[in-house]
Amino acid sequence: MLRFTGLANQDRRRRLEEALLPTLVALLVALVCGELLILAHGESPAEVYRELLQGTWGNAYGLGQVLFKATTLTFTGLAVGLGLRAGLFNIGAESQLAAGGFAAALTGLALPSGTPALAAIPVCLLAAILGGGLVGAVPGVLKAKFGAHEVIVTIMLNFVVLAALNWVVVAHLHVPESVHTPEIHAGGLAKLSRIFPSFHGSAANLSLVVALLTVIGTAFVLFRTRFGFDLRAVGLQPDAAEYGGVRPSRIYLLALTFSGALAGLGGINSVLGYHGYYEDGFAGGAGFLGIAVALVGRNDPFGIALAALFFATLSQGGLAIHALVPRQMMEVLQAIVIIAVAASVPEVRRILRLARRPRPTIDRSSTASTAADGPAGPQEPGVNVSAGHGGSR
Amino acid sequence: MSVVDLVAQVVRIATPYLLAAAGGVIAERSGVISLTLEGFMLGGAFTAALGTYFFHSLALGVLCGIAGGLLLAGIHAGASIRLRADQVVNGIAINLLAVGATRYFLRIAFDSASNSPRIAGFNESPGLVGLVENPLVWAGLLALPVAWLMLNRTAFGLRVRASGEHPEAARSVGVPVGRVQLWAVLWSGALAGLAGVYLALDQHQFSDQMTASRGYIALAAIIFGAWEPLRAGLACLLFAAAETLEIHLQGTSLVPPQVVEMIPYALTIIALAGVVRRVAPPAALGRAQE
Repeated sequence: MLRFTGLANQDRRRRLEEALLPTLVALLVALVCGELLILAHGESPAEVYRELLQGTWGNAYGLGQVLFKATTLTFTGLAVGLGLRAGLFNIGAESQLAAGGFAAALTGLALPSGTPALAAIPVCLLAAILGGGLVGAVPGVLKAKFGAHEVIVTIMLNFVVLAALNWVVVAHLHVPESVHTPEIHAGGLAKLSRIFPSFHGSAANLSLVVALLTVIGTAFVLFRTRFGFDLRAVGLQPDAAEYGGVRPSRIYLLALTFSGALAGLGGINSVLGYHGYYEDGFAGGAGFLGIAVALVGRNDPFGIALAALFFATLSQGGLAIHALVPRQMMEVLQAIVIIAVAASVPEVRRILRLARRPRPTIDRSSTASTAADGPAGPQEPGVNVSAGHGGSR
Repeated sequence: MSVVDLVAQVVRIATPYLLAAAGGVIAERSGVISLTLEGFMLGGAFTAALGTYFFHSLALGVLCGIAGGLLLAGIHAGASIRLRADQVVNGIAINLLAVGATRYFLRIAFDSASNSPRIAGFNESPGLVGLVENPLVWAGLLALPVAWLMLNRTAFGLRVRASGEHPEAARSVGVPVGRVQLWAVLWSGALAGLAGVYLALDQHQFSDQMTASRGYIALAAIIFGAWEPLRAGLACLLFAAAETLEIHLQGTSLVPPQVVEMIPYALTIIALAGVVRRVAPPAALGRAQE
């Protein structure tokens, strides 16, 4: 939209304020909560935070672990974020991630062991995309054809898919005494330590590069293509988009399928990059944390990558501070961050609007925001994620 | 094994589903998505174990469990109703908080990463006697009929339904939608907490993530029951019967346990797709209110 308006600067500043302020307020709240928890343990917050940074960004191994965790979270965050741009809530990233990883592992197992990497890797990546996309298509079809609530379908589908994968692995594919498949024959991605030896021992691998390319690709599709425009239009105002010639049901189907594909591609990080096999339960909550990542990243692909780094730092940081305070504290803190962000978004926006009201400037954004002040809630992309649910009954 | 024992086993498995579904159905009908049942239940199970252990009293343990569910419900309601945080995001966060906080306090209170010490429970004899002497089982059996009465025969129920179906209209005739939803969510927290109490006392301890998705099964039952309390109750019993069957089929390799595990969720998806009959959620479910 910035392209169209001569008031871009002011518009951009306001949008930036509305995007960043709630997050900053929330992080401040989380910081205070963290300090209180640490003080309750009789430790010094400064000491603990220094230890946290030292154990994550302060050395190559810690940084490698952060990058590894952030890679998966970037994919699941992108998956959730893309859905939210279309006004859809995909809570199925957890099982889509697992399905993508499983498909990649199956393909890696099926390929003969001499397959050159240049052929094997793209095939495995494609398998991951298809695996996740297939799981994402189910709520997409049900939404487009029957109007079934995608939140409920994706929650339920998580359990179905994870149980099915568990059954296949445990009953048919596992290496004895384990819950993982045999090692793949081809399609493995090199660890970063092969290029930068100081990363030695950490799980970071070339999936990181795939993640960065996917961030750029998603941003391009969302903001520079017709499809992305249609998708965002449906997310903002399904009725208006339909009036403008976009079929919302088609967008719902495609958005959920692509969302699943993005999460599925995340499966390569653990399967192709780290373990070299599919292990039951490797997703380990990364799909659910993707919701938090998308939220903190304001559904912007680059914001999502940053948010993924942030949450990965908290996860890895828990291990670093374990000598001082229980690492479970970080799990509590992560939840507090999400609640704080979710709760401060509508409130901070309301306060921002109140603060602006006395200055009646006439430009596009201010008229738009007064119009959206009604009970239906703000209608800007991804800022109030529930906005799309009015039409998703 | 007699039929009576079999029925007893079904009821035993169904009790936490029945309790949580009875709370969740009220919250859902008021327009608030109940994917927090899992977290409320886990919180309730932990505080119940805590209370029972430190106060040496079952009654206080039960109260602590309810309080644990209420506490999380209060946080959820405060954020998603008062501050209009997105219900789904906040719900997921509440569930993460419940897992994290119970682990954290498990560490602090019992210095363990996995479970609490053994706690007392109700009559432990297997079969019918232990069942009949467990007041929580009775609470479970009564919960959904009570929820039905509440929804369909009380003024509060009318307000709950109005808030969930057409909040704007409800507000225009003076229904305090936010407050109705607050009470509905607190009610679901108390009942899901009670479901957690049942689990902790039944297993004589709290263990990490002991609810094992039972809250989601309760949610599935609500949806499969088309948001009607009595049908939701039947769905709970149906899901519990499937689990009982699975336990008795174990070792026969007739049906893989994972298939049984899927049943509640798969049935719910099928119901949503309208294969048998269309089920529609409350019209304003999940929509942020003033």
